[in-house]
Amino acid sequence: MSNKEKHWQKTKGHMIMTLVLWAFFSMVIFLFGYEINGMSFLGYPLAYYMTAQGSLLAFVIIIFWFANKQEKIDEEFGFGEKED
Amino acid sequence: MFKGGFIQNLPKIYGLYTGGFLVFILMMAIAEQAGVTAKTIGILFVAFTVAIYALIGYLSRTIQVDAYYLAGRQVPTVFNGMATAADWMSGASFVALAGGVYFGGYSYMAFLVGWTGGYVLVSTLLAPYLRKFGCYTVPDFIGTRYGGNGVRFCAVLVLVLASFTYVTAQINATGTIAARALGIPFEAGVWVGLVSILLCSMLGGMRAVTWTQVAQYIVLIVAYLIPVFWISNKIGAGVFPHLMLGDEVARITQLEGQFGLVKNSAADVKAAGVPGGLKSIAVAHAGVGAGGMAVWKYISLAICMMVGTASLPHILMRYFTTPSVKSARKSVAWSLFFIFLLYSSAPMLATLSKISLMDPNLPTGIIGKSIADVQSIEWVKQWSSQKQVFIADFNGDGILQLNEWFMRTGVVVLATPEVAGLPYVISGLVAAGGMAAAMSTADGLVLAISNALSHDVYYNMIDPKADVRKRLIVARVLLVVVGAAGAYIASMRITSILGAVAWAFDFAMSGLFFPLVLGVWWKRATREGAIAGMLSGLAAGTAYLIYVYPKFMGNPAWLGIDHLRFGLIGAPVCLVVMVVVSLMTKAPDAATQRMVDEVRVPSGKAILGRAH
Repeated sequence: MSNKEKHWQKTKGHMIMTLVLWAFFSMVIFLFGYEINGMSFLGYPLAYYMTAQGSLLAFVIIIFWFANKQEKIDEEFGFGEKED
Repeated sequence: MFKGGFIQNLPKIYGLYTGGFLVFILMMAIAEQAGVTAKTIGILFVAFTVAIYALIGYLSRTIQVDAYYLAGRQVPTVFNGMATAADWMSGASFVALAGGVYFGGYSYMAFLVGWTGGYVLVSTLLAPYLRKFGCYTVPDFIGTRYGGNGVRFCAVLVLVLASFTYVTAQINATGTIAARALGIPFEAGVWVGLVSILLCSMLGGMRAVTWTQVAQYIVLIVAYLIPVFWISNKIGAGVFPHLMLGDEVARITQLEGQFGLVKNSAADVKAAGVPGGLKSIAVAHAGVGAGGMAVWKYISLAICMMVGTASLPHILMRYFTTPSVKSARKSVAWSLFFIFLLYSSAPMLATLSKISLMDPNLPTGIIGKSIADVQSIEWVKQWSSQKQVFIADFNGDGILQLNEWFMRTGVVVLATPEVAGLPYVISGLVAAGGMAAAMSTADGLVLAISNALSHDVYYNMIDPKADVRKRLIVARVLLVVVGAAGAYIASMRITSILGAVAWAFDFAMSGLFFPLVLGVWWKRATREGAIAGMLSGLAAGTAYLIYVYPKFMGNPAWLGIDHLRFGLIGAPVCLVVMVVVSLMTKAPDAATQRMVDEVRVPSGKAILGRAH
């Protein structure tokens, strides 16, 4: 496998991992909205908290994490950009 | 004018600007104490901020193609994040989001998740690759990747349909706010709004829109957060509302039990003469509906908004302006961070607004009081006369019940400062914030449409030999024409017939999501596949919309897929048709395959040069 192909394999893996996290916070937890709303976080009912704030914050963190790790992958295979 | 030193000095320039804006707010507060009328303060707020945007627009004028279309590809990561956030958060987000949460509760908040979660798709699947491509517009990518004017034209078609649905609503919002703040009729307000929008974009294109959007973001976020923090502290709910309103949410749930959540029958509402569009609280603030259908309704709406977000051209094109692929990716993260600041505050504002009105222990509480007393409150009088709030004494006991109090959704943001007894200067600030939010989104949309028409249709299809001067004149003429068309439709007040903002997301996801994503992630995708996918996705989505929308054919929704969710029909059709047709046609040639390989690595030159 060429360097480019290896880089793309790893990039794809990272993309899928990121989308799994995304699916968890955007869909999976809301499958159980009714069930988890009895639990509480910071004093808020949990499902209410997640849709009002929690999942939103999770997306911000996911994207920063995604961008940092993808930069490392690019550098590992020598595809990092020199200038910024 | 803005050469060299400008980019390095950005933090200083916008720091000064923010400081200046805060000083302006203070001056207005002093003016209010000195006896200047509320009306004058409102006018000063809107006029002052719009004048600043216009000045920025004038200073950013340009005669270069890459500056006009891409802001010279030198917008730093964090600033592009702010500009995208302003581009994204529309007048509707600013004015109606908290109201939507206030009346819609948990199921409405699927919009919050949808309008933020979509950015994960933007950053992983699209933004960095489109930046590497170096396109001027979204159809520019489709046209080059798949090759040919036919496919380019289909992309322009979807773009215009999705963006135009959105832009009339924005110009409508600018008109409403301008009309109220300046005390002029709505029809005139729309044209004032349009002129303000064009002042920001006409001379400098993307460059001017970028720097005004950053300025508009600062105004809108200050205008949104100050009331939230102020009210929270004033009623003793907590110093930092986002982390500390748990007790208030619990208290609202308790009060809902005490007052009773009653859904008024349509006949009662009509008999009492409640003006159209006003609602009473009938949905639990923090409760979650049980059952499979409730879950599906929530998740299907979130999916539509997320996938739609990742296909809206006016958002994607913001990431063409960063200096590198790396910064495009980071910039998505910053965009979402800046959006998060406002979106996470909307439910808090809804909570504060609701508890201010509902809690009998607070001086602002009105539910359970005598109707005669409530009607003599100053803000109730004022907003009643504008048909924004209404009291209907259904049971005739002279006491205001929860189901007898009606409000328009926008009132939650616009009136809450007054309700909580904040000085008028805050209401003026909120008007300026709403104006900033509506203008920035309208600017982004008008520019997206006119750039696609000038670059893709005029330059690529009609006159590829046109020189720079001619191209930029055409671009500007189209900008004015598109804006005027939007304003004309908005001034006819038929936006409610044209449907919800959500439609723009459904149109975009039906026609553009898979052609864009597969263009990067699937080398085998062919031109014929893309054309067939875009057209059939758009046709299927639109046909279903006509089939299901109450004002058209009004058939019962299939599996709960109503007119807000028709993208769930369009996008899968687009995917299936695109894959099948691609596999049936000849694989893309070696040059195209190499191009896709190039797009997938960040280093090296962009596929399309700076000036093309």
